[in-house]
Amino acid sequence: MKTFRMGGVHPEENKISNDAAIEVMPVGKQMVVLMNQHLGAPATPVVQKGDKVKVGQLIGEAQAFMCANVHSPVSGTVLKVDTCKDAFGMAKPAVYINVEGDEWMETIDRTPDIKRECTLEPQQIVAKLKEMGIVGLGGATFPTHIKYSIPEGKKAEYLIVNAAECEPYLTSDYRVMMEHAEEVCIGVSILRKALGVPNAYIGIESNKPQAIAKMQEMAKQFEGIVIEPLKVKYPQGAEKQLINAVTGRKVPSGKLPIDVGCVVSNLGSCFAVYEAVQKNKPLIENILTVTGKELPSQHNYIVRIGTTYNEIIKHSIGALPETTGKVISGGTMMGKAVVNLDAPTVKGNSSVLVMGEKEARREPETNCIRCGKCMEACPMGLEPYLFSALVKNGRTEEAREHNILDCIECGCCFFSCPAHKPLTDEIRLGKNRVRAMMAAKK
Amino acid sequence: MNILNVSGSPHVHSDESTKKIMWRVNMALVPALLCAIAYFGLPALLVSLVSVASCVLFQWLIEKFIMKVPTSIGDGSAVVTGLLLAFNVPATAQMLWIVVIGALVAIGIGKMSFGGLGKNPFNPALVGRVFLLISFPVQMTTWPVAEGLFPMGFDVPTGATPLGAFKEGALGEGVTFMDAFLGHIGGSMGEVSAIAILLGACYLLWKKVISWHIPVAFIGTAFLFSGILWLIDPTAYMDPVMTILTGGIMLGACFMATDMVTSPMAKSGQLIFGFGCGLLTIIIRNWGSYPEGVSFAILIMNSVTPLLNRWFKPTRFAV
Repeated sequence: MKTFRMGGVHPEENKISNDAAIEVMPVGKQMVVLMNQHLGAPATPVVQKGDKVKVGQLIGEAQAFMCANVHSPVSGTVLKVDTCKDAFGMAKPAVYINVEGDEWMETIDRTPDIKRECTLEPQQIVAKLKEMGIVGLGGATFPTHIKYSIPEGKKAEYLIVNAAECEPYLTSDYRVMMEHAEEVCIGVSILRKALGVPNAYIGIESNKPQAIAKMQEMAKQFEGIVIEPLKVKYPQGAEKQLINAVTGRKVPSGKLPIDVGCVVSNLGSCFAVYEAVQKNKPLIENILTVTGKELPSQHNYIVRIGTTYNEIIKHSIGALPETTGKVISGGTMMGKAVVNLDAPTVKGNSSVLVMGEKEARREPETNCIRCGKCMEACPMGLEPYLFSALVKNGRTEEAREHNILDCIECGCCFFSCPAHKPLTDEIRLGKNRVRAMMAAKK
Repeated sequence: MNILNVSGSPHVHSDESTKKIMWRVNMALVPALLCAIAYFGLPALLVSLVSVASCVLFQWLIEKFIMKVPTSIGDGSAVVTGLLLAFNVPATAQMLWIVVIGALVAIGIGKMSFGGLGKNPFNPALVGRVFLLISFPVQMTTWPVAEGLFPMGFDVPTGATPLGAFKEGALGEGVTFMDAFLGHIGGSMGEVSAIAILLGACYLLWKKVISWHIPVAFIGTAFLFSGILWLIDPTAYMDPVMTILTGGIMLGACFMATDMVTSPMAKSGQLIFGFGCGLLTIIIRNWGSYPEGVSFAILIMNSVTPLLNRWFKPTRFAV
């Protein structure tokens, strides 16, 4: 079975919400739509206080290069254009909408029919992705239309779809494969056409045999879709590791996947691409997992973007258990701890993960015993223990020389450290310092 | 409303801890300890107990009264040092008070003076052992001989170790490979039974506390180098199988050279480290003034570990 070549760990999988079918979360009374839900500059609001909006109407326009359109997830009246604190406590420009009814844009095809034929040319597909505000749903929220505009002189040879879902707890991609295999395959075909590559490879970790079987069955009906079962090992779904697992190629330090002829998209993005291109539906919904060992029930939801964490918690489980220690957006390895439960969800959110106090507790740090487990676990072949010492002593230049910027922040080092040293935290700090140092030099 | 914890990712941990690692090492030393007690009787048990107790006590005293930090004796590392120190001395009644001095040097100078576990450049047990060897040369080389199982009382017969006898020109007469493998030979407590040590080493390999690189490089180099010498002149040099089965090579290669703190991080560095240990051991045994060179070899290689860490890096994912 294919896998990446070095490092990696095996955290407890905890896919306890695997069997919960996707439910539709009702729309709340008021929605807050952030203007930067993607990597890059915020979108510019194109509505004003008092404007009537429909579901799917453009409310934030991408004016910068690295930007994505934002659409209204609900119908109603714009209350105000202001700022709002996001889940991590950062104030972001936002449009507040008072929900009235559920009136959709007429251009959106809301019929349940599945449309296979796509007659658009590659450039038209990319333009459509831009118009519909599609971003990568694997976590980085990189605007998809930029990824699929291959720069001059570069050539795509492989399209790789990340369905590894190697993060513990998360099951949204799994549910999408189980329930929307056909749409996903159509989405993949569209992206394959946009790139002009012969084959698309969908990498799925082998702990999802049902999804693999389902996708293999469906892929038979499509041209050029190959399902690649992958070994269960974290971070199998990290971009560079996935490329390595599927093609054997290695993205050099500081380069992009396209430099080795690869383009990687998340499985959820492929579903969004299908809806955007075939159904004219902008990215206004998330499929997310509500899970946790101490929760009374496990769920997978389709949620309008802009619903707050509190609303999701209230609807799904009533209230957080008394013993809650942490709420995480994303998985346990790379997800971010939520500061503000009144914040709205944004594009790319994949879960509301509730961890108990005990599970979320960090053990006190002790001396490094130079066991080398961090080095063995590092999928990039770096020396986390050394970064920790260099960063603590302010030796930023040396940290750069030891390639601290190659770190993908997968968390394998901290995960495996017997001294419980917060290596990933220290490396993040070091990376920021190195970037600041390099910016100052320019 | 709950107050939420906020911290960077990852939010889970492998459950591995320094404490677990150290107690696994202690577990792995149990077969060798039982063997030592079986061959040398009560003195072996008493020397081990005194050594472990004094190492733990000294660490506690130093942390409480000198460093004024919360004690870390629970992590089991002082027990490891105590056991290894006991394994490196003869199991005789006169060692009972000498081993206390060894424990003070091992813990006080070898470990705590650098800041405790993880910060010591040299293996603490070996620091203690070498200190005793130089300070108490007579007591430290009066080896009991394991003649039968479960000897009673304190009057264990003493004699030369195979290596000592060899140094005197006796060529290890009367000692068979099987004797050496099982432990029917004279020597320090932890040196006598190769099989008990290998059993412990297998446990550590299985639990991934150690990797094969250092032991294989160490023993392999010692075997090859002594083999070459033996082929040149079998009357002047010990044969390679006997070389690796006697003395401290097994204990040193499996338990002391593999000490995480004082050995290199990268696998390539570990191979060089093991190679250096093996080479130096044979050089000291054949041309040095001491019959055994494992302790010195490991300590010398400990001192170049920082350099090895600088020169030998892990393979990067992509350059």
